[in-house]
Amino acid sequence: MIKSRKMEVFAYIVIGLIGISIILPFLLLLMSSFTDEISITRNGYSFFPKEFSLNAYAYLGKSSATIVRAYLVSIFVTVVGTVWGLVMTVLCAYPLSRRELPGRKVMNFYVFFTMLFNGGLVPTYLTYTQYFHIKNTIWALLVPNILVQAYNVMLAKTFFQTSIPVEVLEAARVDGARETTIFGKVVLPLAKPIFATLGLFISVTYWNDWTNGLIYLTDSKLFSLQNLLNRMTSNIQFLSSTSLGGNVTAADLPSQTVRMAIAIIGVVPMLAAYPFFQKYFVKGIALGAVKG
Amino acid sequence: MKKSKFERFRRFLPLYIMFLPAGIYFFINNYLPMGGLVIAFKKINFNLGIWKSPWVGLKNFEYLFKTSDAWIITRNTLFYNVLFIALNTVVCVALAILLNEIRNKMAKNLLQSILMLPYLISMVIISYLVYGFLSGESGFINNTVLKAFDMEKISWYAQEKYWPFILTFVQLWKNCGYLSIVYFSAVVGIDPTYYEAAALDGATKWQQIRHVVLPELTSVITIMVLLGVSKIFYSDFGLFYQVPMNAGALYNVTNTIDVYVYNALLSVGNISMSSAAGFYQSVVGFAVVILANWMVKRRNPDNALF
Repeated sequence: MIKSRKMEVFAYIVIGLIGISIILPFLLLLMSSFTDEISITRNGYSFFPKEFSLNAYAYLGKSSATIVRAYLVSIFVTVVGTVWGLVMTVLCAYPLSRRELPGRKVMNFYVFFTMLFNGGLVPTYLTYTQYFHIKNTIWALLVPNILVQAYNVMLAKTFFQTSIPVEVLEAARVDGARETTIFGKVVLPLAKPIFATLGLFISVTYWNDWTNGLIYLTDSKLFSLQNLLNRMTSNIQFLSSTSLGGNVTAADLPSQTVRMAIAIIGVVPMLAAYPFFQKYFVKGIALGAVKG
Repeated sequence: MKKSKFERFRRFLPLYIMFLPAGIYFFINNYLPMGGLVIAFKKINFNLGIWKSPWVGLKNFEYLFKTSDAWIITRNTLFYNVLFIALNTVVCVALAILLNEIRNKMAKNLLQSILMLPYLISMVIISYLVYGFLSGESGFINNTVLKAFDMEKISWYAQEKYWPFILTFVQLWKNCGYLSIVYFSAVVGIDPTYYEAAALDGATKWQQIRHVVLPELTSVITIMVLLGVSKIFYSDFGLFYQVPMNAGALYNVTNTIDVYVYNALLSVGNISMSSAAGFYQSVVGFAVVILANWMVKRRNPDNALF
């Protein structure tokens, strides 16, 4: 666009203000978690706390067994889920990208249709609990709904179709290469960008997912970090009430600050990792709308 | 001829095998539950199992639609979706155009990253962020903002009149970065010679936006709106369940079909009601996708989803 100085200043002001509105809630969370409980009771959560205190973190330290466990569950689920989901997604997408594959249209429709129509929560819940018995198992956090997503398959399919020239595949075939060789030697080396993008999307999905735990877990031993946070919104005493909690009692719970401190602990990994992957994430989003 | 068909199949066999794991997954995760939709017409008795439970015809639906809940959840789901689609489109297209005005590359990248940030934060964490502002006893708004104006404290989590605004704001806060970047990448792709031509003709900034940028964005806007419309019977469960902290006093304005189905199934344990509501959502939702896509396709096949 022919850019004008006035418009640019206006853009800085508007987007800058929005940016501030995005940062401020995190700042409030952070400052509140470092405030003394009594000061919060008197003045509420504040950006400029009157009295600093590390009590909330000290309290969380005492029940660290539960928190560390939830962290480990989250890390395990994110790593295993991402690798597993990524492999299945790419393996599913590549055949769909090969125009000469007999039956490709039917297979494509089979995947795409799941985006248009689904059974919803009740039948899914009954299928997984009655037939596959995943309630209160680690599978509950890995498998339902997020392992392979049709949207990601379509994204990968489009990538293969647009980024790998048909002539290259053709040439390999004329040379007598088998399909497995073509995939391993020609396609995979060119597929790094899509692995990066999808890996990022899938791992963020796993790290942030709390619905599967909410639906399929009643045993708090398997709670991921998000499930722990979710449980604590309704029951702030949860940390002291679990058997894993160690030697803490509900009576001395600085509940208003602990609430904020646990949220900080939950959000820090994402905020810490974000600067390193934001570039790829923004690029991945820009791939834009996908068609069937 | 027969032999060549067999040869072709043999050649492509590895590709079918590659497809298989995900194929099985979609069968279990999506197609089995689709068949399971029939439970909306049954009275489930776990001793008999799902298939042997007796048929009850439309009874479950009769119960559901006799309650006022059916109307409330439909109204809320549709109302919020229409509002969100309209608001997000206007705000995010505007943001994308503004973002494109910024010449400094570093500033542009930094702002993009900040805008995207909320999209990466789970709704659970967002509900904590909102709580920091709205908590009755210790929230920032009650204790600092309202105090500064000498106003009474408000118990936010008990008064429904505020929530349509709060939910709309939180939704926009979370999603505008993502959508702006989708639109921004379309704005960047516009051929610069168009602007030059328009500028030569003496077009003002506003005229350039109206007559060059917006027409060029029509296609991507249509697709994004269509994606939104196709999910018009679905709601962001996290937004409506987590952010109001599932407060019963607010159900009138926060209860959507997804929240209702979840609560009916897992809090109340009423499979009849939840499966009827779920069936209603799946089937009407599907009809809406097909209809919306057909309407777009009739005008311009390139902008349709399928």
